[in-house]
Amino acid sequence: MTMPFYVAPEQVMKDRAEYAQKGISRGRSLVAAVCSDGIVIAAENPSRTLHKISEIHDRIAFAGVGKYNEFDQLRVAGVRHADVRGYTYSRDDVDGRSLANLYAQYLGQVFTHEMKPLEVEILVAELGGDNAPSELYHISYDGTVGDEDRLVVLGGDASVIRDRMEQAFIENWTIAQALPAAVKSLQGPDRTLEAGDLEIAMLDPSLLRRKFRRAKESEITTAIASIPKKEVESSE
Amino acid sequence: MSLPIFRAQDDPGPNFTALVSKDNFLGQFQGNLAGFSKDEIRHATTVLAMRTKNGVLMAGDRRATEANRIAHRAMEKVYQADRHSAIAIAGAAGPAMEMVRIYQIQLDHFEKVEGVALSLEGKANQLGQMVAGHLALAMQGLAVVPLFAGYDLKREVGRIFSYDVTGGRYEEADFAATGSGGRDARSVVKMGFKEGLEDSEAIKLALSALKEAADEDSATGGIDLGRKIYPIVAVVTSDGYQRIEDDVLAEMTLEMDSEAPR
Repeated sequence: MTMPFYVAPEQVMKDRAEYAQKGISRGRSLVAAVCSDGIVIAAENPSRTLHKISEIHDRIAFAGVGKYNEFDQLRVAGVRHADVRGYTYSRDDVDGRSLANLYAQYLGQVFTHEMKPLEVEILVAELGGDNAPSELYHISYDGTVGDEDRLVVLGGDASVIRDRMEQAFIENWTIAQALPAAVKSLQGPDRTLEAGDLEIAMLDPSLLRRKFRRAKESEITTAIASIPKKEVESSE
Repeated sequence: MSLPIFRAQDDPGPNFTALVSKDNFLGQFQGNLAGFSKDEIRHATTVLAMRTKNGVLMAGDRRATEANRIAHRAMEKVYQADRHSAIAIAGAAGPAMEMVRIYQIQLDHFEKVEGVALSLEGKANQLGQMVAGHLALAMQGLAVVPLFAGYDLKREVGRIFSYDVTGGRYEEADFAATGSGGRDARSVVKMGFKEGLEDSEAIKLALSALKEAADEDSATGGIDLGRKIYPIVAVVTSDGYQRIEDDVLAEMTLEMDSEAPR
């Protein structure tokens, strides 16, 4: 019988983390911001049909970066969890925190027990109301979960994009203010994003029951148009 | 509770009832009701639907009965099914309300999992399957007979579907009514129906149909001005489902009474 080589657990974890991070950093990033009139989520995504942002339940949205098939499986599981819970108890008993914890448990379990960790980073956004504040739960590939009440950036260039977003941040901003800032943070100083490169959705408290909606083409073009074009001005 | 993740071969797809039956959720009505007094079971009665200029209208009275007793005066029999459709129920109230609840979730669930809503035709067929699945209980006296109506976004028209207890699905050309007062309501709608009814005309026609049904059928409730209980009336157009406010119905009721004193 041959003995397997001994590998230190620290090394195993490090290798897995590195593997997952590499997978995630290959994809484009995503920004979510809590605003006074809802929550806006913007992602760089050239596809019109393979969504990164989607609806989980009345007040809950899901967003993922990394490997599409992996976060899409998590999305569907989230919809199932939420709808079963809403059916068993009531629609009001479906909450983002319990869903975020379930995701964290699952990702943590896969990270420690399976051969290959999931190459995803996901966001559970829950719109507040009735004295409950809006929450953004950020869950990473190893099951680490964090909650934010202002903004979250997921993906490869998260720290750079986050810095840009923090600079643009205004207390109690509206979606109309936050969306151009998000697009500008995603594109950075050297690129310009077109409407076709972006996927944008929001949790809109003015809607009746299901608060999730995708941004209209016109809203996206308006947001892009309101970004000052420094490069163009200087070249003229 | 753990995250509902399935292996590919066990995946229930976008079907909510398939998902919950995995957990044995739908076990509540599986007993035998033989020898059980049907008088104890609440029943819902008259509901109707008609096409209008912009879509469809659906309406229902508010009475629930247990045999010859009035069990509830403000029951809701017309519900929003999803953004562009409505469902109304007649028959055994308990199973009917449960069916509506599952049906609403079923439509939302499909839309969320698949990313696109079912076609109106698909929604109508799905409801037929649910009614058919209920046949064993219908045979024991717990029949549920829904009406389904909605705005077909593909064909850009309002469409109405009626059902029988076996789940048979029948598309109606212009209007439909079901329940114990359904015959009377249908006659009134039949006399007053014309192509391209404005919402206000359709609401008045629905109110007078329900009024006649309540006049003839003891299990159908009339407009209760004292308690301010009005029928539930909703319209579905390309803009979606909209319930007509009680104030509007109250005003129309007064208008109608002054037009046709009896």
